[in-house]
Amino acid sequence: MAAPLPFETEIHALEDVLKRLEQGASATANMSEEIKRIRRELSGLLKKTYSSLTPWQTVLVSRHPERPQTMDYVSMIFEEFVELRGDRAFGDDQAIRCGFARLGNSKVLLVGHQKGHTLKERQACYYGCAHPEGYRKALNKMKLAAKFHLPIICLIDTPGAFPGIGAEERGQAQLIATSILEMSRLPTPIVCVVIGEGGSGGALGIGVGDRIAVLEHAYYSVISPEGCAGILWKVANEETKPRAAEALRLTSKHLASLGVIDDVLHEPLGGAHREPREMGTTLKSYLLRSIRELKTKKLDRLLDERYNKFRKMGVFLEPREASGGKSS
Amino acid sequence: MSTRTNRGIPEGLWMPCPRCKATLYKKEVQSRLGVCNECGHHFTISARERIDQLLDEDSFEEWFTHLRPCDPLGFIDKVPYAKKLEETQAKTGMSDAAVVGKGFIRGRAIVLCITDFQFMAGSMGSVVGEKLTRAIEEATRLSLPLVIVSGSGGGARMQEGILSLMQMAKVSCALARFDQAGGLYISILTHPTMGGVAASWALQGDLTLAEPGAMVGFAGARTIWNTVRLELPEGFQTSEFLLEHGFVDRIVHRKDLRTEVALLIDYCEHK
Ligand SMILES: [Zn+2]
Repeated sequence: MAAPLPFETEIHALEDVLKRLEQGASATANMSEEIKRIRRELSGLLKKTYSSLTPWQTVLVSRHPERPQTMDYVSMIFEEFVELRGDRAFGDDQAIRCGFARLGNSKVLLVGHQKGHTLKERQACYYGCAHPEGYRKALNKMKLAAKFHLPIICLIDTPGAFPGIGAEERGQAQLIATSILEMSRLPTPIVCVVIGEGGSGGALGIGVGDRIAVLEHAYYSVISPEGCAGILWKVANEETKPRAAEALRLTSKHLASLGVIDDVLHEPLGGAHREPREMGTTLKSYLLRSIRELKTKKLDRLLDERYNKFRKMGVFLEPREASGGKSS
Repeated sequence: MSTRTNRGIPEGLWMPCPRCKATLYKKEVQSRLGVCNECGHHFTISARERIDQLLDEDSFEEWFTHLRPCDPLGFIDKVPYAKKLEETQAKTGMSDAAVVGKGFIRGRAIVLCITDFQFMAGSMGSVVGEKLTRAIEEATRLSLPLVIVSGSGGGARMQEGILSLMQMAKVSCALARFDQAGGLYISILTHPTMGGVAASWALQGDLTLAEPGAMVGFAGARTIWNTVRLELPEGFQTSEFLLEHGFVDRIVHRKDLRTEVALLIDYCEHK
Protein backbone atom coordinates (compact mmCIF):
# COMPACT_ATOMS: atom_id res chain seq x y z
CA MET A 1 0.00 0.00 0.00
CA ALA A 2 1.40 3.33 -1.02
CA ALA A 3 1.69 6.28 1.30
CA PRO A 4 -1.79 7.82 1.54
CA LEU A 5 -2.41 11.26 0.12
CA PRO A 6 -2.27 13.82 2.94
CA PHE A 7 -5.80 15.06 2.32
CA GLU A 8 -7.23 11.55 2.35
CA THR A 9 -6.69 10.69 6.03
CA GLU A 10 -10.39 10.63 6.80
CA ILE A 11 -11.17 8.70 3.62
CA HIS A 12 -8.57 6.07 4.45
CA ALA A 13 -9.89 5.70 7.98
CA LEU A 14 -13.37 4.99 6.62
CA GLU A 15 -12.03 2.64 3.95
CA ASP A 16 -10.22 0.67 6.68
CA VAL A 17 -13.31 0.38 8.84
CA LEU A 18 -15.33 -0.71 5.84
CA LYS A 19 -12.79 -3.34 4.86
CA ARG A 20 -12.75 -4.80 8.36
CA LEU A 21 -16.55 -4.93 8.51
CA GLU A 22 -16.82 -6.50 5.07
CA GLN A 23 -14.25 -9.12 5.99
CA GLY A 24 -16.09 -9.90 9.24
CA ALA A 25 -17.27 -13.50 8.72
CA SER A 26 -20.73 -13.31 10.20
CA ALA A 27 -22.32 -10.18 8.97
CA THR A 28 -25.45 -9.80 11.03
CA ALA A 29 -28.40 -7.79 9.80
CA ASN A 30 -27.23 -5.00 12.05
CA MET A 31 -23.77 -5.10 10.59
CA SER A 32 -24.96 -4.96 7.00
CA GLU A 33 -26.94 -1.85 7.89
CA GLU A 34 -23.73 -0.40 9.34
CA ILE A 35 -21.80 -1.33 6.19
CA LYS A 36 -24.35 0.41 4.01
CA ARG A 37 -24.19 3.49 6.17
CA ILE A 38 -20.40 3.64 6.01
CA ARG A 39 -20.44 3.11 2.25
CA ARG A 40 -22.79 6.06 1.88
CA GLU A 41 -20.64 8.16 4.14
CA LEU A 42 -17.49 7.21 2.26
CA SER A 43 -18.95 7.91 -1.11
CA GLY A 44 -20.22 11.29 0.11
CA LEU A 45 -16.79 12.12 1.46
CA LEU A 46 -15.06 11.07 -1.76
CA LYS A 47 -17.47 13.15 -3.79
CA LYS A 48 -16.91 16.16 -1.59
CA THR A 49 -13.13 15.82 -1.57
CA TYR A 50 -12.64 15.04 -5.26
CA SER A 51 -15.07 17.62 -6.58
CA SER A 52 -13.09 20.38 -4.93
CA LEU A 53 -9.44 19.31 -5.15
CA THR A 54 -7.03 22.21 -5.04
CA PRO A 55 -4.53 22.42 -7.92
CA TRP A 56 -1.78 21.07 -5.66
CA GLN A 57 -3.96 18.18 -4.50
CA THR A 58 -4.64 17.46 -8.18
CA VAL A 59 -0.89 17.27 -8.79
CA LEU A 60 -0.58 14.79 -5.91
CA VAL A 61 -3.40 12.64 -7.30
CA SER A 62 -1.83 12.71 -10.78
CA ARG A 63 1.39 11.36 -9.23
CA HIS A 64 -0.28 8.70 -7.09
CA PRO A 65 1.89 5.57 -7.27
CA GLU A 66 -1.15 3.39 -7.89
CA ARG A 67 -2.55 5.55 -10.65
CA PRO A 68 -2.79 3.49 -13.84
CA GLN A 69 0.10 4.01 -16.26
CA THR A 70 0.57 3.26 -19.95
CA MET A 71 1.42 -0.41 -19.42
CA ASP A 72 -1.60 -0.84 -17.12
CA TYR A 73 -3.85 0.46 -19.87
CA VAL A 74 -2.10 -1.91 -22.27
CA SER A 75 -3.27 -4.86 -20.22
CA MET A 76 -6.67 -3.36 -19.41
CA ILE A 77 -7.97 -2.02 -22.70
CA PHE A 78 -5.78 -3.17 -25.58
CA GLU A 79 -6.32 -6.64 -27.00
CA GLU A 80 -2.74 -7.01 -28.19
CA PHE A 81 0.55 -5.16 -27.80
CA VAL A 82 3.58 -5.80 -29.98
CA GLU A 83 6.31 -3.72 -28.43
CA LEU A 84 8.81 -2.04 -30.78
CA ARG A 85 11.96 -0.93 -29.02
CA GLY A 86 14.65 0.22 -31.42
CA ASP A 87 15.54 3.89 -31.76
CA ARG A 88 18.13 2.97 -34.43
CA ALA A 89 20.83 5.12 -32.88
CA PHE A 90 21.58 4.80 -29.18
CA GLY A 91 19.41 2.60 -27.00
CA ASP A 92 16.04 1.53 -25.69
CA ASP A 93 14.53 4.11 -23.36
CA GLN A 94 12.15 2.46 -20.89
CA ALA A 95 10.49 5.79 -20.08
CA ILE A 96 8.68 5.75 -23.44
CA ARG A 97 7.06 2.56 -24.72
CA CYS A 98 5.91 2.05 -28.28
CA GLY A 99 4.18 -0.74 -30.09
CA PHE A 100 1.47 -1.91 -32.43
CA ALA A 101 -1.74 -2.51 -30.54
CA ARG A 102 -5.33 -3.51 -31.10
CA LEU A 103 -8.05 -1.37 -29.66
CA GLY A 104 -11.44 -2.89 -30.36
CA ASN A 105 -11.42 -3.42 -34.10
CA SER A 106 -8.75 -0.80 -34.72
CA LYS A 107 -5.08 -1.45 -35.30
CA VAL A 108 -3.09 1.43 -33.86
CA LEU A 109 0.36 2.50 -32.78
CA LEU A 110 0.54 3.12 -29.06
CA VAL A 111 3.17 5.47 -27.63
CA GLY A 112 3.25 6.23 -23.93
CA HIS A 113 5.39 7.34 -21.04
CA GLN A 114 5.93 4.73 -18.37
CA LYS A 115 6.96 5.61 -14.81
CA GLY A 116 6.93 2.16 -13.27
CA HIS A 117 5.29 0.94 -10.07
CA THR A 118 8.02 -0.94 -8.17
CA LEU A 119 11.25 0.78 -7.19
CA LYS A 120 13.21 -1.36 -9.62
CA GLU A 121 10.84 -0.56 -12.46
CA ARG A 122 10.85 3.13 -11.57
CA GLN A 123 14.62 3.27 -11.68
CA ALA A 124 14.69 1.52 -15.05
CA CYS A 125 12.14 4.06 -16.34
CA TYR A 126 13.90 7.07 -14.81
CA TYR A 127 10.54 7.78 -13.12
CA GLY A 128 8.99 8.50 -16.50
CA CYS A 129 11.60 11.05 -17.57
CA ALA A 130 12.59 10.20 -21.13
CA HIS A 131 16.00 10.65 -22.75
CA PRO A 132 16.58 11.74 -26.37
CA GLU A 133 16.55 8.11 -27.51
CA GLY A 134 13.00 7.76 -26.19
CA TYR A 135 11.77 10.62 -28.38
CA ARG A 136 13.77 9.26 -31.32
CA LYS A 137 12.21 5.83 -30.88
CA ALA A 138 8.72 7.31 -30.61
CA LEU A 139 9.14 9.42 -33.74
CA ASN A 140 10.64 6.52 -35.66
CA LYS A 141 7.61 4.34 -34.84
CA MET A 142 5.14 7.14 -35.47
CA LYS A 143 6.56 7.64 -38.96
CA LEU A 144 6.17 3.91 -39.54
CA ALA A 145 2.55 4.11 -38.39
CA ALA A 146 1.90 7.05 -40.72
CA LYS A 147 3.35 5.08 -43.63
CA PHE A 148 0.72 2.41 -43.12
CA HIS A 149 -2.08 4.77 -42.03
CA LEU A 150 -2.30 3.41 -38.53
CA PRO A 151 -3.81 5.90 -36.08
CA ILE A 152 -1.46 6.92 -33.29
CA ILE A 153 -2.37 7.06 -29.60
CA CYS A 154 -0.02 8.94 -27.24
CA LEU A 155 -0.47 8.54 -23.50
CA ILE A 156 1.39 11.31 -21.71
CA ASP A 157 2.60 10.83 -18.15
CA THR A 158 5.92 12.44 -17.31
CA PRO A 159 7.30 14.91 -14.78
CA GLY A 160 9.46 16.20 -17.66
CA ALA A 161 12.22 15.11 -20.00
CA PHE A 162 15.28 13.88 -18.10
CA PRO A 163 17.69 16.64 -17.05
CA GLY A 164 21.09 14.96 -17.22
CA ILE A 165 24.54 15.16 -18.73
CA GLY A 166 24.02 12.28 -21.16
CA ALA A 167 20.62 13.62 -22.15
CA GLU A 168 22.18 16.97 -23.11
CA GLU A 169 25.11 15.32 -24.90
CA ARG A 170 22.70 13.28 -26.98
CA GLY A 171 20.47 16.25 -27.85
CA GLN A 172 17.46 16.34 -25.57
CA ALA A 173 16.34 19.70 -26.99
CA GLN A 174 17.06 18.60 -30.57
CA LEU A 175 15.02 15.39 -30.34
CA ILE A 176 12.03 17.08 -28.72
CA ALA A 177 12.18 19.88 -31.31
CA THR A 178 12.25 17.36 -34.17
CA SER A 179 9.44 15.31 -32.69
CA ILE A 180 7.14 18.31 -32.23
CA LEU A 181 7.71 19.49 -35.79
CA GLU A 182 7.26 16.09 -37.38
CA MET A 183 4.12 15.22 -35.37
CA SER A 184 2.50 18.37 -36.68
CA ARG A 185 2.52 16.90 -40.18
CA LEU A 186 2.34 13.12 -39.76
CA PRO A 187 -0.32 12.01 -42.25
CA THR A 188 -2.39 9.86 -39.89
CA PRO A 189 -4.81 10.57 -37.02
CA ILE A 190 -3.12 11.27 -33.66
CA VAL A 191 -4.92 11.23 -30.31
CA CYS A 192 -3.01 12.44 -27.25
CA VAL A 193 -4.23 11.93 -23.70
CA VAL A 194 -2.51 13.24 -20.58
CA ILE A 195 -3.17 10.36 -18.18
CA GLY A 196 -1.12 11.67 -15.24
CA GLU A 197 1.58 14.29 -15.35
CA GLY A 198 1.96 16.55 -18.36
CA GLY A 199 5.40 17.91 -17.58
CA SER A 200 6.47 20.62 -19.99
CA GLY A 201 8.54 19.90 -23.12
CA GLY A 202 8.85 16.24 -22.15
CA ALA A 203 5.07 15.95 -22.48
CA LEU A 204 4.75 18.06 -25.63
CA GLY A 205 7.45 15.90 -27.25
CA ILE A 206 4.73 13.29 -27.84
CA GLY A 207 1.84 15.72 -27.50
CA VAL A 208 1.04 17.18 -30.90
CA GLY A 209 -2.10 15.66 -32.40
CA ASP A 210 -5.66 15.98 -33.67
CA ARG A 211 -7.29 15.47 -30.29
CA ILE A 212 -5.74 16.50 -26.99
CA ALA A 213 -7.49 15.21 -23.89
CA VAL A 214 -6.62 15.34 -20.21
CA LEU A 215 -7.95 13.04 -17.50
CA GLU A 216 -9.94 14.98 -14.90
CA HIS A 217 -7.24 14.85 -12.22
CA ALA A 218 -4.20 14.95 -14.50
CA TYR A 219 -2.29 18.19 -15.03
CA TYR A 220 -0.38 19.81 -17.88
CA SER A 221 2.11 22.58 -17.19
CA VAL A 222 5.00 24.57 -18.59
CA ILE A 223 6.99 23.95 -15.40
CA SER A 224 6.54 21.78 -12.31
CA PRO A 225 5.02 23.49 -9.26
CA GLU A 226 8.31 22.74 -7.47
CA GLY A 227 10.34 24.47 -10.19
CA CYS A 228 7.97 27.44 -10.29
CA ALA A 229 8.01 27.78 -6.48
CA GLY A 230 11.81 27.69 -6.51
CA ILE A 231 11.91 30.57 -8.99
CA LEU A 232 9.22 32.71 -7.37
CA TRP A 233 9.91 32.14 -3.68
CA LYS A 234 13.45 30.70 -3.77
CA VAL A 235 12.27 27.58 -1.98
CA ALA A 236 9.84 24.79 -2.82
CA ASN A 237 8.09 23.79 0.38
CA GLU A 238 4.64 22.78 1.62
CA GLU A 239 3.59 26.42 1.58
CA THR A 240 4.99 27.54 -1.80
CA LYS A 241 4.27 24.44 -3.92
CA PRO A 242 0.48 24.80 -3.56
CA ARG A 243 0.73 28.51 -4.38
CA ALA A 244 2.75 27.75 -7.51
CA ALA A 245 0.29 25.03 -8.57
CA GLU A 246 -2.51 27.55 -8.17
CA ALA A 247 -0.69 30.25 -10.17
CA LEU A 248 0.12 27.97 -13.11
CA ARG A 249 -3.53 27.15 -13.95
CA LEU A 250 -2.58 23.56 -14.66
CA THR A 251 -5.76 21.59 -13.86
CA SER A 252 -8.05 20.08 -16.48
CA LYS A 253 -10.66 22.77 -15.83
CA HIS A 254 -8.15 25.59 -16.36
CA LEU A 255 -6.63 23.95 -19.43
CA ALA A 256 -10.06 23.67 -21.02
CA SER A 257 -10.86 27.31 -20.32
CA LEU A 258 -7.50 28.41 -21.78
CA GLY A 259 -8.37 26.61 -25.01
CA VAL A 260 -5.37 24.29 -25.15
CA ILE A 261 -7.22 20.96 -24.84
CA ASP A 262 -10.22 19.45 -26.59
CA ASP A 263 -11.65 17.16 -23.93
CA VAL A 264 -11.58 16.32 -20.23
CA LEU A 265 -12.17 12.67 -19.37
CA HIS A 266 -14.17 12.15 -16.20
CA GLU A 267 -12.43 10.05 -13.55
CA PRO A 268 -14.07 7.44 -11.32
CA LEU A 269 -15.18 8.56 -7.86
CA GLY A 270 -12.04 9.08 -5.78
CA GLY A 271 -9.67 9.17 -8.75
CA ALA A 272 -8.35 6.73 -11.38
CA HIS A 273 -6.20 4.93 -8.78
CA ARG A 274 -9.33 3.77 -6.92
CA GLU A 275 -11.07 2.26 -9.94
CA PRO A 276 -8.47 1.66 -12.69
CA ARG A 277 -10.84 -0.57 -14.72
CA GLU A 278 -13.54 2.04 -14.78
CA MET A 279 -10.95 4.60 -15.89
CA GLY A 280 -9.79 2.18 -18.57
CA THR A 281 -13.32 1.82 -19.89
CA THR A 282 -13.77 5.59 -20.13
CA LEU A 283 -10.42 6.00 -21.86
CA LYS A 284 -11.12 3.17 -24.28
CA SER A 285 -14.44 4.57 -25.40
CA TYR A 286 -12.90 8.02 -25.84
CA LEU A 287 -10.05 6.64 -27.95
CA LEU A 288 -12.39 4.54 -30.09
CA ARG A 289 -14.75 7.44 -30.66
CA SER A 290 -11.94 9.86 -31.52
CA ILE A 291 -10.25 7.48 -33.93
CA ARG A 292 -13.55 6.71 -35.62
CA GLU A 293 -14.25 10.42 -36.11
CA LEU A 294 -10.75 11.25 -37.29
CA LYS A 295 -10.57 8.34 -39.71
CA THR A 296 -13.50 9.73 -41.69
CA LYS A 297 -11.62 12.95 -42.45
CA LYS A 298 -9.66 13.42 -45.65
CA LEU A 299 -5.94 13.73 -44.89
CA ASP A 300 -5.69 17.33 -46.11
CA ARG A 301 -8.52 18.34 -43.87
CA LEU A 302 -7.11 16.41 -40.92
CA LEU A 303 -3.78 18.19 -41.26
CA ASP A 304 -5.40 21.59 -41.79
CA GLU A 305 -7.46 21.14 -38.66
CA ARG A 306 -4.41 20.04 -36.69
CA TYR A 307 -2.58 23.13 -37.89
CA ASN A 308 -5.45 25.43 -37.01
CA LYS A 309 -5.88 23.91 -33.57
CA PHE A 310 -2.36 24.89 -32.52
CA ARG A 311 -2.41 28.05 -34.62
CA LYS A 312 -5.14 29.46 -32.41
CA MET A 313 -3.35 28.88 -29.10
CA GLY A 314 -2.19 31.90 -27.16
CA VAL A 315 -3.80 34.97 -25.68
CA PHE A 316 -2.70 38.49 -26.63
CA LEU A 317 -4.10 41.89 -27.53
CA GLU A 318 -4.36 43.11 -31.06
CA PRO A 319 -5.55 46.69 -31.03
CA ARG A 320 -6.77 47.89 -34.39
CA GLU A 321 -4.10 50.19 -35.75
CA ALA A 322 -3.41 51.55 -39.15
CA SER A 323 0.34 51.39 -38.67
CA GLY A 324 2.45 48.51 -37.46
CA GLY A 325 0.77 45.86 -39.52
CA LYS A 326 2.54 44.22 -42.35
CA SER A 327 2.32 46.23 -45.51
CA SER A 328 2.42 43.85 -48.39
CA MET B 1 14.04 29.05 -16.59
CA SER B 2 17.74 29.23 -16.10
CA THR B 3 19.43 31.69 -13.82
CA ARG B 4 22.49 32.36 -15.91
CA THR B 5 23.81 35.87 -15.59
CA ASN B 6 22.81 38.56 -18.02
CA ARG B 7 25.71 39.16 -20.36
CA GLY B 8 24.38 42.42 -21.71
CA ILE B 9 26.49 45.54 -21.89
CA PRO B 10 26.20 47.50 -18.61
CA GLU B 11 25.90 51.26 -18.21
CA GLY B 12 28.91 53.54 -17.84
CA LEU B 13 32.10 54.20 -19.81
CA TRP B 14 34.03 51.13 -18.78
CA MET B 15 32.93 47.55 -18.33
CA PRO B 16 34.49 44.29 -17.29
CA CYS B 17 34.61 41.23 -19.54
CA PRO B 18 33.01 38.33 -17.63
CA ARG B 19 35.30 35.87 -19.37
CA CYS B 20 38.84 37.34 -19.40
CA LYS B 21 38.12 39.95 -16.68
CA ALA B 22 39.74 42.69 -18.77
CA THR B 23 38.41 46.22 -18.27
CA LEU B 24 37.02 47.29 -21.59
CA TYR B 25 36.18 50.68 -23.03
CA LYS B 26 32.50 50.37 -23.77
CA LYS B 27 32.51 52.37 -27.01
CA GLU B 28 35.22 50.13 -28.37
CA VAL B 29 33.26 46.98 -27.52
CA GLN B 30 30.23 48.45 -29.26
CA SER B 31 32.27 49.30 -32.32
CA ARG B 32 33.37 45.67 -32.35
CA LEU B 33 29.75 44.45 -32.52
CA GLY B 34 29.61 43.70 -28.78
CA VAL B 35 32.62 41.40 -28.78
CA CYS B 36 35.50 41.61 -26.25
CA ASN B 37 38.64 42.77 -28.05
CA GLU B 38 40.82 40.77 -25.65
CA CYS B 39 39.23 37.30 -25.66
CA GLY B 40 36.44 37.34 -28.25
CA HIS B 41 33.66 36.96 -25.68
CA HIS B 42 30.31 37.70 -27.34
CA PHE B 43 28.14 39.97 -25.21
CA THR B 44 24.38 39.77 -25.52
CA ILE B 45 23.12 42.48 -27.88
CA SER B 46 19.67 43.93 -28.41
CA ALA B 47 17.42 43.08 -31.33
CA ARG B 48 18.03 46.58 -32.74
CA GLU B 49 21.80 46.16 -32.65
CA ARG B 50 21.41 42.74 -34.26
CA ILE B 51 19.35 44.20 -37.08
CA ASP B 52 21.96 46.91 -37.67
CA GLN B 53 24.76 44.35 -37.73
CA LEU B 54 23.07 41.75 -39.86
CA LEU B 55 21.00 43.62 -42.43
CA ASP B 56 21.73 46.14 -45.15
CA GLU B 57 21.43 49.65 -43.85
CA ASP B 58 17.85 50.83 -43.22
CA SER B 59 16.44 47.81 -45.03
CA PHE B 60 14.38 46.44 -42.15
CA GLU B 61 10.62 46.71 -42.31
CA GLU B 62 9.16 45.65 -38.98
CA TRP B 63 5.90 43.68 -38.92
CA PHE B 64 3.09 43.13 -36.43
CA THR B 65 4.27 45.79 -33.99
CA HIS B 66 0.72 46.27 -32.74
CA LEU B 67 0.55 42.90 -30.95
CA ARG B 68 0.57 43.33 -27.17
CA PRO B 69 0.98 40.83 -24.35
CA CYS B 70 -1.60 40.50 -21.58
CA ASP B 71 -1.97 38.49 -18.39
CA PRO B 72 -4.33 35.63 -19.28
CA LEU B 73 -3.60 33.63 -16.12
CA GLY B 74 -3.81 36.54 -13.68
CA PHE B 75 -0.41 35.28 -12.63
CA ILE B 76 0.41 35.63 -8.95
CA ASP B 77 3.98 36.78 -8.39
CA LYS B 78 5.80 39.25 -6.15
CA VAL B 79 5.19 41.74 -8.95
CA PRO B 80 1.98 40.89 -10.88
CA TYR B 81 2.77 39.85 -14.45
CA ALA B 82 0.73 42.72 -15.90
CA LYS B 83 2.83 45.20 -13.94
CA LYS B 84 6.07 43.46 -14.82
CA LEU B 85 5.13 43.74 -18.50
CA GLU B 86 4.48 47.45 -18.16
CA GLU B 87 7.78 48.02 -16.39
CA THR B 88 9.73 46.00 -18.93
CA GLN B 89 8.01 47.77 -21.80
CA ALA B 90 8.89 51.15 -20.31
CA LYS B 91 12.50 50.10 -19.70
CA THR B 92 13.14 48.52 -23.10
CA GLY B 93 10.79 50.45 -25.35
CA MET B 94 9.64 47.09 -26.73
CA SER B 95 6.14 45.62 -26.52
CA ASP B 96 7.46 42.07 -26.06
CA ALA B 97 10.59 39.99 -26.65
CA ALA B 98 10.29 39.31 -30.38
CA VAL B 99 11.07 41.60 -33.30
CA VAL B 100 10.09 40.28 -36.74
CA GLY B 101 10.01 41.65 -40.24
CA LYS B 102 11.55 41.73 -43.67
CA GLY B 103 14.97 43.01 -44.62
CA PHE B 104 17.89 42.56 -46.94
CA ILE B 105 21.18 40.86 -46.30
CA ARG B 106 23.77 41.83 -48.90
CA GLY B 107 20.89 42.48 -51.26
CA ARG B 108 19.05 39.23 -50.55
CA ALA B 109 15.53 39.60 -49.20
CA ILE B 110 14.86 37.59 -46.03
CA VAL B 111 12.32 37.32 -43.24
CA LEU B 112 14.12 37.92 -39.95
CA CYS B 113 12.93 37.08 -36.43
CA ILE B 114 14.87 37.93 -33.27
CA THR B 115 14.18 37.26 -29.63
CA ASP B 116 15.70 39.94 -27.42
CA PHE B 117 17.20 38.83 -24.11
CA GLN B 118 16.51 42.23 -22.54
CA PHE B 119 12.79 41.61 -22.53
CA MET B 120 12.13 39.05 -19.78
CA ALA B 121 15.17 37.03 -20.83
CA GLY B 122 13.80 36.62 -24.35
CA SER B 123 11.20 34.16 -23.10
CA MET B 124 8.35 32.97 -25.32
CA GLY B 125 4.93 34.18 -24.37
CA SER B 126 1.90 34.29 -26.63
CA VAL B 127 3.09 37.42 -28.45
CA VAL B 128 6.50 35.92 -29.24
CA GLY B 129 4.82 32.77 -30.55
CA GLU B 130 2.27 34.72 -32.57
CA LYS B 131 4.79 37.11 -34.11
CA LEU B 132 7.10 34.28 -35.13
CA THR B 133 4.21 32.25 -36.53
CA ARG B 134 2.91 35.17 -38.60
CA ALA B 135 6.40 35.95 -39.85
CA ILE B 136 6.94 32.30 -40.86
CA GLU B 137 3.58 32.26 -42.64
CA GLU B 138 4.60 35.42 -44.50
CA ALA B 139 7.95 33.87 -45.43
CA THR B 140 6.01 30.90 -46.80
CA ARG B 141 3.65 33.12 -48.76
CA LEU B 142 6.44 35.31 -50.15
CA SER B 143 8.86 32.37 -50.72
CA LEU B 144 11.63 34.12 -48.79
CA PRO B 145 14.44 32.57 -46.77
CA LEU B 146 13.86 32.72 -43.03
CA VAL B 147 16.46 33.62 -40.40
CA ILE B 148 15.64 33.34 -36.69
CA VAL B 149 18.15 34.63 -34.16
CA SER B 150 17.32 32.99 -30.83
CA GLY B 151 18.42 34.20 -27.43
CA SER B 152 16.28 33.12 -24.52
CA GLY B 153 17.20 32.38 -20.93
CA GLY B 154 14.67 29.79 -19.93
CA GLY B 155 12.71 29.37 -23.10
CA ALA B 156 9.24 29.35 -21.66
CA ARG B 157 7.56 32.34 -20.05
CA MET B 158 6.31 30.85 -16.80
CA GLN B 159 3.83 33.69 -16.25
CA GLU B 160 1.83 32.54 -19.28
CA GLY B 161 1.80 28.92 -18.11
CA ILE B 162 0.56 26.31 -20.57
CA LEU B 163 -0.05 29.00 -23.22
CA SER B 164 3.68 29.57 -23.30
CA LEU B 165 4.39 25.84 -23.76
CA MET B 166 1.93 25.71 -26.66
CA GLN B 167 3.81 28.44 -28.52
CA MET B 168 6.48 25.79 -29.11
CA ALA B 169 3.89 23.70 -30.95
CA LYS B 170 2.37 26.64 -32.80
CA VAL B 171 5.67 27.90 -34.20
CA SER B 172 6.75 24.33 -35.04
CA CYS B 173 3.55 23.77 -37.02
CA ALA B 174 4.28 26.91 -39.07
CA LEU B 175 7.89 25.84 -39.63
CA ALA B 176 6.77 22.41 -40.83
CA ARG B 177 4.59 24.07 -43.47
CA PHE B 178 7.38 26.45 -44.44
CA ASP B 179 9.65 23.44 -44.89
CA GLN B 180 7.00 21.60 -46.88
CA ALA B 181 6.79 24.61 -49.19
CA GLY B 182 10.53 24.40 -49.83
CA GLY B 183 11.60 27.33 -47.65
CA LEU B 184 15.14 27.71 -46.32
CA TYR B 185 15.36 28.27 -42.56
CA ILE B 186 18.67 29.32 -41.01
CA SER B 187 18.63 29.22 -37.21
CA ILE B 188 21.21 31.29 -35.34
CA LEU B 189 21.80 30.35 -31.71
CA THR B 190 23.05 33.10 -29.42
CA HIS B 191 23.68 33.23 -25.70
CA PRO B 192 21.60 31.84 -24.10
CA THR B 193 19.17 29.54 -25.95
CA MET B 194 17.65 27.18 -23.43
CA GLY B 195 14.55 25.16 -22.54
CA GLY B 196 11.48 25.40 -24.70
CA VAL B 197 13.04 27.70 -27.29
CA ALA B 198 15.91 25.25 -27.79
CA ALA B 199 13.41 22.36 -27.82
CA SER B 200 11.45 23.93 -30.66
CA TRP B 201 12.24 26.50 -33.35
CA ALA B 202 15.88 27.13 -32.40
CA LEU B 203 16.79 23.54 -33.32
CA GLN B 204 14.43 23.09 -36.27
CA GLY B 205 16.54 24.87 -38.83
CA ASP B 206 17.74 23.48 -42.15
CA LEU B 207 21.02 25.02 -41.06
CA THR B 208 22.02 25.66 -37.47
CA LEU B 209 24.66 28.31 -36.76
CA ALA B 210 25.86 29.37 -33.33
CA GLU B 211 27.85 32.29 -32.00
CA PRO B 212 30.98 31.22 -30.08
CA GLY B 213 30.53 30.43 -26.41
CA ALA B 214 26.73 30.62 -26.34
CA MET B 215 24.90 28.50 -23.77
CA VAL B 216 22.51 26.18 -25.57
CA GLY B 217 20.63 23.29 -24.02
CA PHE B 218 17.44 21.85 -22.68
CA ALA B 219 17.72 21.76 -18.89
CA GLY B 220 19.41 24.44 -16.81
CA ALA B 221 22.72 23.59 -15.16
CA ARG B 222 21.21 23.88 -11.68
CA THR B 223 18.34 21.54 -12.50
CA ILE B 224 20.78 19.00 -13.87
CA TRP B 225 23.03 19.29 -10.84
CA ASN B 226 20.06 18.86 -8.50
CA THR B 227 19.04 15.71 -10.36
CA VAL B 228 22.32 13.90 -10.99
CA ARG B 229 24.64 15.53 -8.41
CA LEU B 230 27.59 15.23 -10.75
CA GLU B 231 30.14 17.88 -11.66
CA LEU B 232 29.22 19.20 -15.11
CA PRO B 233 31.96 18.77 -17.71
CA GLU B 234 34.03 21.78 -18.80
CA GLY B 235 32.31 23.69 -21.57
CA PHE B 236 29.03 21.80 -21.01
CA GLN B 237 26.11 23.17 -23.10
CA THR B 238 28.22 25.66 -25.04
CA SER B 239 28.11 26.16 -28.80
CA GLU B 240 31.39 24.23 -29.01
CA PHE B 241 29.86 21.34 -27.01
CA LEU B 242 26.90 21.23 -29.39
CA LEU B 243 29.20 21.32 -32.42
CA GLU B 244 31.24 18.45 -31.01
CA HIS B 245 28.08 16.40 -30.43
CA GLY B 246 26.67 17.06 -33.88
CA PHE B 247 23.87 19.51 -33.22
CA VAL B 248 25.35 22.64 -34.80
CA ASP B 249 26.60 23.06 -38.39
CA ARG B 250 28.94 25.99 -37.93
CA ILE B 251 30.16 28.27 -35.19
CA VAL B 252 30.31 31.75 -36.63
CA HIS B 253 31.94 34.84 -35.16
CA ARG B 254 29.53 37.75 -35.00
CA LYS B 255 31.57 39.77 -37.47
CA ASP B 256 31.20 37.00 -40.08
CA LEU B 257 27.50 36.22 -39.62
CA ARG B 258 26.27 38.55 -42.35
CA THR B 259 28.65 37.14 -44.92
CA GLU B 260 28.00 33.54 -43.91
CA VAL B 261 24.22 33.84 -43.99
CA ALA B 262 24.36 35.42 -47.45
CA LEU B 263 26.71 32.67 -48.62
CA LEU B 264 24.46 29.89 -47.32
CA ILE B 265 21.36 31.44 -48.89
CA ASP B 266 23.08 31.37 -52.28
CA TYR B 267 23.64 27.61 -52.00
CA CYS B 268 19.98 26.95 -51.25
CA GLU B 269 18.13 28.61 -54.10
CA HIS B 270 15.53 26.73 -56.10
CA LYS B 271 17.16 27.53 -59.39
ZN1 LIG C 1 37.20 39.16 -22.66
